[in-house]
Amino acid sequence: MTAPENARRDRPWMFRTYSGHSSARASNELYRTNLSKGQTGLSVAFDLPTQTGYDSDHPLARGEVGKVGVPISHIDDMTALFKELPLEKMNTSMTINANAAWLLALYVATAERTGADPKKLQGTTQNDIVKEYLSRGTYIFPPEASLKLIGDIVAYTVDSIPRWNPTNICSYHLQEAGATPVQEIAYALATAISVLDQVRSRGDVPEAAIPRIVGRISFFLNSGIRFVEEICKVRAMAELWDEITLERYGVQDAKLRRFRYGVQVNSLGLTEAQPENNVIRIVLEALGVTLSKKARCRALQLPAWNEALGLPRPWDQQWSLRIQQILAFESDLLEHEDIFDGSRVVEEKTEELKREARRELDVVLEMGGTVAAIENAYMKQRLVESQTARARAIENGDITVVGVNAYTNAEPSPLMDGGQSILKVDESAEREQIERLVEFRSKRNRADVESAVQNLEDVLRNGGNVMPASIRAAHAGVTTGEWADVLRGLYGEFRAPTGVVATEGTGGSQATTDTRDRVHRLADTLGRPLKILVGKPGLDGHSNGAEQIAVKARDVGMEVVYDGIRLEPGEIAASARDEGVHLVGLSILSGSHSVLVIDVLDRLRELGLGNLPVVVGGIIPEEDADKLCQAGVRRVYTPKDFDLTRIMSDIVDVVEETSPAP
Amino acid sequence: MPEALNLADDRRADRRKEALELLDTLEREMPFPGAPRIGLTGAPGAGKSTLLDALVRELRPKGETLAIVAVDPSSRTTGGALLGDRVRVRSGASDPGVFIRSMAARDQLGGLAESAWAAVAILAAAFDRVFVETVGVGQSESDVAALVDTLVYVATPGTGDALQFMKAGILEYPDVFVVNKADLGAAATRTASELRSSVSLGDRGTSPSEAAVILTSASAGEGIDELVSAMDAHRQRLIDGDALRERRWRGREIQLLGALERRYGAFGIERLGGRRALRERVRKDDSVSAFALLARLGLEIEEALGKSR
Ligand code: B12
Ligand SMILES: Nc1nc2c(ncn2[C@@H]2O[C@H](COP(=O)(O)OP(=O)(O)OP(=O)(O)O)[C@@H](O)[C@H]2O)c(=O)[nH]1
Ligand SMILES: [Mg+2]
Repeated sequence: MTAPENARRDRPWMFRTYSGHSSARASNELYRTNLSKGQTGLSVAFDLPTQTGYDSDHPLARGEVGKVGVPISHIDDMTALFKELPLEKMNTSMTINANAAWLLALYVATAERTGADPKKLQGTTQNDIVKEYLSRGTYIFPPEASLKLIGDIVAYTVDSIPRWNPTNICSYHLQEAGATPVQEIAYALATAISVLDQVRSRGDVPEAAIPRIVGRISFFLNSGIRFVEEICKVRAMAELWDEITLERYGVQDAKLRRFRYGVQVNSLGLTEAQPENNVIRIVLEALGVTLSKKARCRALQLPAWNEALGLPRPWDQQWSLRIQQILAFESDLLEHEDIFDGSRVVEEKTEELKREARRELDVVLEMGGTVAAIENAYMKQRLVESQTARARAIENGDITVVGVNAYTNAEPSPLMDGGQSILKVDESAEREQIERLVEFRSKRNRADVESAVQNLEDVLRNGGNVMPASIRAAHAGVTTGEWADVLRGLYGEFRAPTGVVATEGTGGSQATTDTRDRVHRLADTLGRPLKILVGKPGLDGHSNGAEQIAVKARDVGMEVVYDGIRLEPGEIAASARDEGVHLVGLSILSGSHSVLVIDVLDRLRELGLGNLPVVVGGIIPEEDADKLCQAGVRRVYTPKDFDLTRIMSDIVDVVEETSPAP
Repeated sequence: MPEALNLADDRRADRRKEALELLDTLEREMPFPGAPRIGLTGAPGAGKSTLLDALVRELRPKGETLAIVAVDPSSRTTGGALLGDRVRVRSGASDPGVFIRSMAARDQLGGLAESAWAAVAILAAAFDRVFVETVGVGQSESDVAALVDTLVYVATPGTGDALQFMKAGILEYPDVFVVNKADLGAAATRTASELRSSVSLGDRGTSPSEAAVILTSASAGEGIDELVSAMDAHRQRLIDGDALRERRWRGREIQLLGALERRYGAFGIERLGGRRALRERVRKDDSVSAFALLARLGLEIEEALGKSR
């Protein structure tokens, strides 16, 4: 079927695919292939060491280099990443936050080095650190310092890279951490306000530049399976943004008040069971942010059908790209004015969301804004509560998840390909990256590096803007770790509150009560209440699973030590000993389980705790699970084990099996 | 060390006997006054753990070894507890000179697990200084006060928790007042002066003018040296005035009676002649350690209960 001859079509949104792995070179090849398939913008995924400011050869980087993204340690890596890609014409989105200034500096330096005009660069640095504390976990510095760094990038780009989106305020990650639509709207708007207030309060930005700066603020949203509500959510957000920018920041030009946003659709709801169904979910979620012209996204990236299994392969990503192309080019989506205008249902729902979001926004603002509401854990606690409510609803069937808690009887999926259906990052990637790094270090001019580092430190100590000094450092050959070390020295490091304490999951099902009785009875055998440690080793920031396990364990009567993300294996082992726990549960989703779990087991053995039972949960492919069990792990849980009560009862089994009879 | 704490927590009869022997020995062999025992109490989020982290950084370089017992509330409905303090005291993470143990308050309303008492005894024998962190909810202050030589109350500026605290009439327990988060500015100075004026008004039972009110910023590490001086000065005053022994003795009494009451209820206490008589016995009997006495009295009550049935 073809479109009527004279139909006027809107320009489609930008098609992106969030990708990067192994090395700059391998990722560069991937980007070029993707562009040749009709992708129209780049979206760079960095590996966790890069995102948390460590060089590839740092001890904390072990097992993580090149895993979930591309490792970028210095300017040569960045140059290799964009080899033969015309930077002046590219639109590049970089998911980088705590050290966004550094990666942007490398990008600018690469442009300068290759003869591109930095003024013409287009793209986005995610650069929203508030949501890192709440959900994403790649924060480094304390909130106040982080906000200053965000402001630096905003202040710098407004004149020097005028087409850059300096910060992409994210509600995407909040939904992935459990946020309701109201929380998503309220906390994202609160974040935007704290950024703009920071910018306004600094001396180096003239008042006259504020409207232009407001016009450069963009958002990154989520779109969940309840896609009708999602349409209303986006409309509500756009209307509230219009109000805030007019009233709070006095922006008169309506164009500059426009709500510009990109989207990655919901991944939290994508399932391990019957994974082919995820494609249908993804399509529906894409409709949520494309159907309504007024609330249509500017850029869209879709996860793949095998999201809950592991990293997507090129074919998997291509399938998702095709969804976008079919929506934009085959359907008549882009031919109409807003099809919801005048809809009473949409209007009412939108108003309701606005009303509730305003109320929640006021709560945060009255508390003193996002910095205060991070430090006192208010927002994080609300998110954990929502996630707990969601987990419980899935467990007792109040929410239907096809293939998970309903309609579970299914044919084996031919897509599964005997467990080979995900991308495996070559084990040699880490070694090779480190070799390149060592060589790079040996070749640079020591004096240049030292003076650039000194300059960076001096500038920041005097409160100056981080950008020019970072660009100079990039040219001089400073590395990602060295840059971050300077800032760590100045600002210190931060640990965000875990938010789990306040969530009391009351009562529960019969199964919960039964399990609680078992836990209480076990205390008699053990001589004291069952005490467990939930640990997150490595750089992995995925905290949902650990939080839910911790909250549930407490609700069935266990005493639970949970200290949040990013702990070292040795630290976890020592805590297990000092706390006298009966079981250690590790949660790892970033794919580095093979290295990290073995490391924890070794450390425990060194401390004479070789018999302490260890269980593991997360994204663990079956063959890896087998290996872990051979190494001594008692149980491995994956997303298909959605029934938390069952997991708890299983943990009681494990402790019973392993504790010496009285 | 961790095994000793596990043992002291164990309710199985054979292990209990073993624990008793250990605690008994420890108490009898403990030199007086031994390691300072310091309590930190205050509303959730006041910054107690962050203060402990700052104290670790202040005291460790001087060579002092430190033990921390962090008590978190237990859920009354499920008995479970989330223990999340240790990560806030990260400066001691890989330092064998710092030991942290998290504990659930168990069956007592915001109070202290009986095993915290034992834990303090054990840790005081092995470390130069012992800290106990508890959430202050009004009733628990007297419990912690009985456990430590010096009780530090940590107030959060501007939240009104300090005011409530004063209203609750428990101002007499703390020996040192800290207004943390001084980096928040005016609100902190205001809270400090509110506290100062009510402390000096003499609402406190014990020597009002001596209680210090200190401003700290735990996260910036400010005021920590002053806090250490205030804690040390308080304890020195107790020692100089020969009051520390009396304080420990009273603490022992409170712990013992509390433990018996929790185990056997008012009815059990009646079997040995009621609270007052029992207190008298506890106070006079210094022939054995507190732990041995607890066991002995427990047995007596059980026997009496057996007879009366
Ligand atoms: C939500 C999510 C996020 C959120 C996390 C929010 C948060 N605070 O947790 C956000 C958006 C921030 C995020 C970010 C990233 N993510 Co992510 N994310 C997911 C997603 C969609 C769901 C995970 C989840 O929370 N599930 C819900 C919880 C409750 O389930 P769960 O953790 O699996 O836990 C269950 C069991 O596994 C088990 N369990 C888990 N832990 C434990 C522990 C114990 C003791 C026990 C007994 C049981 C147990 O019990 C739980 C109950 O069912 C998965 C894909 C998927 N659908 O699974 C990808 C996924 C984990 N993410 C992935 C990646 C790559 C990232 C990034 C690293 C991308 C990047 N390059 O920047 C970032 C960075 C994050 C970081 N700092 O580490 C990859 C990991 C790839 C791999 N392993 O090879 C996945 C698999 C997606 C994919 N296919 O690419 N992510
Ligand atoms: N601004 C500021 N924040 C602080 C200070 N001290 C602690 N905080 C912050 O206050 C929050 C709570 O600190 P904690 O040390 O966990 O408080 P706590 O009293 O131990 O809390 P609970 O154990 O939950 O009762 C954290 O976010 C700290 O970073 C301070 O001096 N200034
Ligand atoms: Mg604490």
